[in-house]
Amino acid sequence: MAAYTITIEDTGESYRCVDYRSVLEGMEALGRRGIPVGCRQGGCGVCKVQVTSGSYSKRVMSRAHVSAEEEAAGCVLACRIKPTSDLRIRVLGQMKKNVCRVVEPAPVQHVHST
Amino acid sequence: MAMTGVLRPGHAQIRVLDLDESIKWYTDVMGLVPMGKDSQGRAYFKARAERDHNSIILRQADRAGMDFFGFKVRDDATLQALEQKLHAAGVATERMPAGELLETGERVRFKIPTGHTIELYAEKKHVGNATGCLNPEVDVIDGPGICPIRLDHCLIYGGDIDGSRKLFEEVLGFNLVERVKLEDGTTDLATWLTCSTKAHDIAMVRHSEDDKLHHVSFQLGSWEQVLRAADIMSKNRVSIDVGPTRHGITNGTTIYFFDPSGNRLETFSGGYDHYPDMEPITWTWDEVGAGIFYHNRKLNDAFLSVVT
Repeated sequence: MAAYTITIEDTGESYRCVDYRSVLEGMEALGRRGIPVGCRQGGCGVCKVQVTSGSYSKRVMSRAHVSAEEEAAGCVLACRIKPTSDLRIRVLGQMKKNVCRVVEPAPVQHVHST
Repeated sequence: MAMTGVLRPGHAQIRVLDLDESIKWYTDVMGLVPMGKDSQGRAYFKARAERDHNSIILRQADRAGMDFFGFKVRDDATLQALEQKLHAAGVATERMPAGELLETGERVRFKIPTGHTIELYAEKKHVGNATGCLNPEVDVIDGPGICPIRLDHCLIYGGDIDGSRKLFEEVLGFNLVERVKLEDGTTDLATWLTCSTKAHDIAMVRHSEDDKLHHVSFQLGSWEQVLRAADIMSKNRVSIDVGPTRHGITNGTTIYFFDPSGNRLETFSGGYDHYPDMEPITWTWDEVGAGIFYHNRKLNDAFLSVVT
């Protein structure tokens, strides 16, 4: 078992993640925050991140939220990648709704160049 | 209430990202009964106490979500009559041929104003449950997996929930059981509808995108069975959203969790009986937390944001 350091560039915070957990589960397991947590299974898209450096293994994720081009460019769901080195990430996903303002236009896609 | 017209939720077709992984999970962790595959590669399941051939259909796809949700109606004459009522209400329908779903008769398929595809059908092959119809023993729930009683209901997200509610009430004969109002006191945030005496057979929440799934729910026999389900989930590293806890709305005990593709499911027990003469229950926006999660009285971020 190896562990790697995940750094969330938006906040500058970092945490250690073991190689058998996803980047999202590793954050949750230590009670840390920063990446929105949804289904944890690649389906809902709220934990979308841009990996800016480092390597990882990945599993299938919903094309409704990550295109093949995005995936190839390191724009992935944090619940579907496991670190194979230290990683730096930027958070793209968000929780969109609240009770008083439920019907909103679709959010503008944030495009982060690397 | 004499049961005529629409009887109950009958089937849900769910999109999965990895079919083989999902077949194993729905069999071993959910404890559904595998009922074979069709020529399109879709995998069929039923819950242990269900008597018809299938209730959950899994389809390999590149995104999660629900393709359609089907209701069983009393007989062919009812199916025809409801088809005509849909046409009279200006709803376009399509007849899916018998056998297009395994062991299932003709289905009347249509879209509702929230963008979801709903089906009605009268026939699905009777295969019987685990104990049969003659001098049955009690079905002792000893696994493997959670082993729910039946597919119970679904909660869908979309824009025009007023239009979808009216269609279910006025065309299909459903009754309004509970609702949550927004701060204006007029607009529905959410509604719970029944075609039977269950607390809900379908529910809907107002949302910025159409045709979204919040969850498909399975009935369990008791709160103890809900706790047993939670143990099975943790042992199998299932992603749990919320619970075990209780809903204020419907009074049901619950766990929300996710299948291996991120589709939210629920294991659910309890809930009161509803009859058509009962006044619907209303929740105001400031108490919606207790309505959704009765014990901690807080709405979590995921309830309104995480859908497939």
